Amino acid sequence: MFTIFRKELADYFTSIRCIVVLLLVFAVSAMALHAAYLGIREGSMQTSEFVFLGLFTTSEQAIPALLNFPTIMALFFMPFIGIALGFDAINSERASGTLSRVLSQPVFRDNVINAKFLASIFTLSIMATASILLIGGYGLRIIGVPPNSEEFIRLFLYLVSLIIYGAFWIGLAMLFSVLFRWAGTSLLTSLAFWLFFSLFYIFMVAPALANALAPTADGTTQVLIHNFELQQLLLRISPSYLFLESSSALLLPLVRTLGVVTMGEAVYMIPNPLSLGQSLLLVWPHLTILIGLTAACFGVSYVVFMRQEIRAT
Amino acid sequence: MSLCDLADGKPMGKKIVVETKDLTKRYDGATVVDRLNLRIVESEVFGLLGPNGAGKTTTILMLLGLTEPASGSARVFGFDSTREPLKVKRLAGYLPEKLGFYEDLTARENLKFIAQLNNISEAESEPLIEQVLKSVGMTDMADVAVRKFSRGMKQRLGIADVLVKKPKVVFLDEPTAGLDPKGINQILDLIAKLPKMGTTVILSSHRLYEVQRVCHSIGILSKGKLVVEGSLDSLSREALAEGRYRIEVETAKASPQLVKMIKKIDGVRKVEAKGKLLKISADADLRSKIAKAVVESDIPLTQMKIQEFSLDDVYMKYFHEG
Repeated sequence: MFTIFRKELADYFTSIRCIVVLLLVFAVSAMALHAAYLGIREGSMQTSEFVFLGLFTTSEQAIPALLNFPTIMALFFMPFIGIALGFDAINSERASGTLSRVLSQPVFRDNVINAKFLASIFTLSIMATASILLIGGYGLRIIGVPPNSEEFIRLFLYLVSLIIYGAFWIGLAMLFSVLFRWAGTSLLTSLAFWLFFSLFYIFMVAPALANALAPTADGTTQVLIHNFELQQLLLRISPSYLFLESSSALLLPLVRTLGVVTMGEAVYMIPNPLSLGQSLLLVWPHLTILIGLTAACFGVSYVVFMRQEIRAT
Repeated sequence: MSLCDLADGKPMGKKIVVETKDLTKRYDGATVVDRLNLRIVESEVFGLLGPNGAGKTTTILMLLGLTEPASGSARVFGFDSTREPLKVKRLAGYLPEKLGFYEDLTARENLKFIAQLNNISEAESEPLIEQVLKSVGMTDMADVAVRKFSRGMKQRLGIADVLVKKPKVVFLDEPTAGLDPKGINQILDLIAKLPKMGTTVILSSHRLYEVQRVCHSIGILSKGKLVVEGSLDSLSREALAEGRYRIEVETAKASPQLVKMIKKIDGVRKVEAKGKLLKISADADLRSKIAKAVVESDIPLTQMKIQEFSLDDVYMKYFHEG
């Protein structure tokens, strides 16, 4: 399996695809850094305790919220890398006839798909780590405030969750690459899935559904809360939203809860950042679901691949 | 032709390389391979003949354990292909019909990858790769990306690729498909050399003349059934129950009496009369006896032709029946 893993890695690192993605890593990091820089100067940070984390979450008011770092990562960047790395993993080998050649060697069939999955997660980890290190490193130069240990741990946990989230997209893209014979079909299907769950579903479908199921016409607090909770429940179906929520809890210690708080209740809340342990408790279910989704995608691709006919024609 | 070395029965003392028992495969209810019983012995080139869709590729895939049979069993060197595919694949090389290489890698790198998959150490694989590249005449192209190779070169590299793991048996699925005559000859020459190196070859093809050139034994598949297996001689005998020779006699005028006379000649199997033309099937070359009969019946002989049936006709016969 190590042989295939190594070959896959070599393939990724020499491919144009990978260079394009790396360029994007630079672009995203530079943009996030720039936004944070402007934001911090403007003084739009909410706390003075976690300045370093602010590098990743703060942005200037003028910049639309969609373009701050965690949102870009959740809605655009990680899905993009995941799909780019996984969409043709199996079907391109099948189409080019190399699959039957490799499988006629004394290797277990699952070695092929395992090695491919691991190699793409490895590549994705490098990309994600690179972008965090880039922002952290340059940010450190700009603001001159080193991260404290809690910030460091929070960033590390965020990185881990990024990789898990990216692995979900790889798993999904790979599932389509097993199901569809033509790389174009699997690419389009993965892209459609991404567009739907990262954009349409979050911004249009879920709110519309919530409004239809729980109309807010009479406007009592009860009804509004019900509507909001329903909408959140629906939103959490989207893996992108799920991850976005968990990343905000990890990166913004000031986020106290992911549920609803009325103004009346908020008065009694102490405006202090949550401790690391409490933030973790908040995102634990999210991460569990993401791991579960990844495992499900990979599991299905694995089973389908093991049962598939190998014939090239 | 060296087809006669192995007569009907398999020679004693030779190891059986491939053995299938009632091997059956169905796709969506259609039976692609139907109770196939094959025995292939060591150090021969076995030709698996049949039209497209006869089940040749499926049979090979089942022998390699790449596809599971619906029923029956396949054994290669005594290992069950379905249960112990890794053991089979360690000994067997497979050249797929639609063979593909990693296009961005060079010929050498492609072979190296296969050597690595077979757990051959680098120290061992390097001279080995050099050697197989030399044997297919591609030493000078070794460090060129496969992307730039012609179809013929890729096929030759495919043979090299199969040989890297030093297989005891190789399955070549249509190795000459899509090649020009020169390319076909190169491939066939390579194949003919393999048994001397101790490698048994199973060659699938729908082109008879190729199979005739290099194979010792032949099996003809039709609609998933093995209709004939054996050497050319035994094959022809079985297939040409009507007689091995076709003699055509044209006389100046039609004569039913002549037909009766010819039918009486010993060895004549069948006479078909179409006006002045007589088509005779016979076990032996009976031209002189037939000529005598014609002369005795006082009818001028216009012409007489004889045709000996070759494997080609045997093959076509099965194809038509199929």
